[in-house]
Amino acid sequence: MMSPASSLAHSGQSTDNIMHWVLLATLPGGLALTWQFGWGVPLNVLLCSLCALACEAMALRLRGRPVGFHLRDCSALVTAVFLGLALPPLVPWWLVAIACSCSIIIAKQLYGGLGNNPCNPAMVGYATVLLCFPEEMSRWLTPQALLPEDLYQPGLWQSIHLVIGGGDLIDGITGATPLEVLKHKTGLMIEQVYASEPVFYRASWAGAGWEWVNLGFLAGGLLLLRKGIFSWHAPLMMLVSLSLMALFYWDAGSSASHGSPLFHLFSGASMMGAFFILTDPVSSATSIRGKLIYGAMIGVLVFTIRSWGDYPDALAFAILLANFAAPTIDRYAAPRAFGHSAQRNGVPPKEDQ
Amino acid sequence: MSRIWETPGGIHPPANKRQSLSLPIDYPELPERLVVPLDQYGGRPCRACVEVGQQVLKGELIGVVDGPLGAAVHAPSSGTVTAIEPRPAGHLSGRPARCIEIAIDGLERWTSRQRVADYCQMSAPQLVDRIAQSGIAGLGGGGFPTATKLTTSGHPPIATLIVNATECEPYVTADESLMRERADEIIQGIDILAHIHGNRARMVIGIEQSKPEALAALRTACAKSAVEIVEIPRKYPSGGERQLIYALTGKQLPSGEIPANIGVLCINVATVYAIKRAVIDGEPLISRVVTVTGGACATQRNYQALIGTPIKHLLRHSGVNNNRLNQLIMGGSISGFKLPSDEVPVVKTSYCILAPDIDEFAPAPPERACIRCGRCAEVCPASLLPQQLLWHAKAANHQQLEEHNLFDCIECGACSYVCPSHIPLVDYYRAGKVHLDAARQVKSNAAQARQRFEFHQLRLARLEREQSLRRAARRSAAVPSNAPRAPVARLSSADIIADAQNRAASKQPTVEQTLDKLQRNISMLQNRLELAEQRLVAASDDTLNKQNSLRAAVEGARQKLQRAEQRLTEQAHG
Repeated sequence: MMSPASSLAHSGQSTDNIMHWVLLATLPGGLALTWQFGWGVPLNVLLCSLCALACEAMALRLRGRPVGFHLRDCSALVTAVFLGLALPPLVPWWLVAIACSCSIIIAKQLYGGLGNNPCNPAMVGYATVLLCFPEEMSRWLTPQALLPEDLYQPGLWQSIHLVIGGGDLIDGITGATPLEVLKHKTGLMIEQVYASEPVFYRASWAGAGWEWVNLGFLAGGLLLLRKGIFSWHAPLMMLVSLSLMALFYWDAGSSASHGSPLFHLFSGASMMGAFFILTDPVSSATSIRGKLIYGAMIGVLVFTIRSWGDYPDALAFAILLANFAAPTIDRYAAPRAFGHSAQRNGVPPKEDQ
Repeated sequence: MSRIWETPGGIHPPANKRQSLSLPIDYPELPERLVVPLDQYGGRPCRACVEVGQQVLKGELIGVVDGPLGAAVHAPSSGTVTAIEPRPAGHLSGRPARCIEIAIDGLERWTSRQRVADYCQMSAPQLVDRIAQSGIAGLGGGGFPTATKLTTSGHPPIATLIVNATECEPYVTADESLMRERADEIIQGIDILAHIHGNRARMVIGIEQSKPEALAALRTACAKSAVEIVEIPRKYPSGGERQLIYALTGKQLPSGEIPANIGVLCINVATVYAIKRAVIDGEPLISRVVTVTGGACATQRNYQALIGTPIKHLLRHSGVNNNRLNQLIMGGSISGFKLPSDEVPVVKTSYCILAPDIDEFAPAPPERACIRCGRCAEVCPASLLPQQLLWHAKAANHQQLEEHNLFDCIECGACSYVCPSHIPLVDYYRAGKVHLDAARQVKSNAAQARQRFEFHQLRLARLEREQSLRRAARRSAAVPSNAPRAPVARLSSADIIADAQNRAASKQPTVEQTLDKLQRNISMLQNRLELAEQRLVAASDDTLNKQNSLRAAVEGARQKLQRAEQRLTEQAHG
């Protein structure tokens, strides 16, 4: 058999290229996080990257795959950066290592490496440490926007010291995230909460500090959208369904309200999830209709878990649940093939007899 | 302006057509030898009807259609047949094909050509027959015998006649140059087709907007005719048969069906031109326009090349720099395939030979894992899910491949073009189709065997019942007085009793009954014969033991037969 030139010409887009753009697009969000939460963020990213590359190299070697070739696709680095940005700053190094090795070894390589993982590796790693180390994982720093004039986030050396395990965080610089504050408002009206909590009354439109982080991720996401790295379907549907859910349960800001749509869109990991985690093509639904359903499902799940679950922000769980549903969504949301009246891709034709 | 329906998917690769359009169609000097494959890849291969050493004239029939589907092959020039043997051929499968090699005498002596002054005097079957005699096959790449396509029976009347002039593939300009230079003859060809279908069909030429000169030429040529010209936006693969039919009529050709089933006939523009040459000028299909292009060629242009011209000859004519040659491609840059050598000949389906420069295409980087980005699904003109197909093709999951409509894939290569992981998707699908075909064959064989077995069992049962019926009838005939009661005691089955009683009641069988009985007898005897033969075959490769027991059975049967004969003679005497 001669080897046909299966498309000699090529569009020029490559997987490596996609990964590079994704990495680049995390910059605005990452910088906003660093600005608000200090050196802990880049330290997380750095630690995650080193650990992820080491794990990936080791796993590839054990699996007998060319290490250099597969490392160069940067997919491990992308997972590491997502995970580093998702973890609370200044968590101890071993926690980062556990999360990262879970991501790369268990969630990715054990399933066969890039392209074969059913779940988003970064979210698997995040969820694992969230379940195992709830105390460390719920200790977020107070954003710079709320710190007193003369107080700053720990410096670089102090941060490294903290991460390696020397000493505890100063009490003053840890604080509740806007999502946590709203979750534990205990019968107050939204207006009252907004009036009494600095995280709200010192914010511009959503939650102090976090609104900028989300704006950063939104900017990066829009860049990727413009570059055609992913389609708008899943992210938009997630944001729309999250807003609709928030609107439906807004209840005019009463004591039963779960927060406004704007609050939900710009709090926690909403934007990062919508544009960076949700759009992971490997673990998400793949057809257009599938992506719409997948996005909508995550939006609903995020709001549900935020409002009635035990976790103030559980984007990781929402995404993992949707990951499990993706193959089924794909099967039933597939497009009608050209020249077929009803039969869809992947659904067996009905027997005549 | 007619409405245009938008087809799903598609890509917009660089066209790269200008290079080969600056010069008119050229007639290259004759090669020394022509190698004409008997298999032109549409239907069955032909059977050679000439011998080695025989003199042939230009246009003489050298290969006749052998089987229900095929297109005849004619000598492209005059000369001597020097060999009939398998040679490397320019087909995707890479299989060598039986070829007739002709050493050319350079005299171009024609066989007698029958020109037709007024084809309107000819009937549709006559015209179709003439097209069949001329060996015309789809020149757009399919190679399907045109006469078969034109047969007017077995489907609804043709309401729309589509001439496919899209030529959407990059680098290819064979059709475009033909339209620029020979638009009048193309319109004549369309008129012939319209005449075959009773002048009732709407005639449409579907052409991409990106060909202004060709459009102008066609417009001038069909100023007085009823032929419609519809411009469609540039998109690859707008020229796929299903895609073009949808774009022009809004009808989606149901999966697995041919256009004629929905009253549409879709014919490539070069084929239409060949029909005109065949019908009016009496020339069989012995040459075609081939684009020779790519950065390694000194001159890039179109040639009116004889079928069987070695590609090497055309490349030399174009001044190909072998030091700069990347690889040889048959077809365009998206759906073309690599040629094993430059020895392969031009066939009826060769519309382009692409000889790109080493820098013209970046070497394909190694294939990476599919990240399911779904770009392939966005560009798939058949709305398939290429990423799922890849997954199932790799896993050889035949059921899933079928459920994901692998056979609706037209192998256009749009998915491979956009794949960021550089996966040669179409190669996987081609292999998957081969495996699926093989699996289907095995399945159908098994089903056939089962059917045969069940039929056999049924026949045995019927045989037994008929025998007992006959016995009952005989008995009732022999003892008429006891007839109503005697068989009742002995026979087991209720319907046999009823049947016997009926026969006994009407003691003299009617003519129909006798006939029926005779027929049943014959069928029974045939069955028995078959059974005996089967047993014989089985026994021949069975053990001695079995043969012995069979022999005993045969012996027993013979004795029974003797006794029966004895009884017969006794009866006759008594």
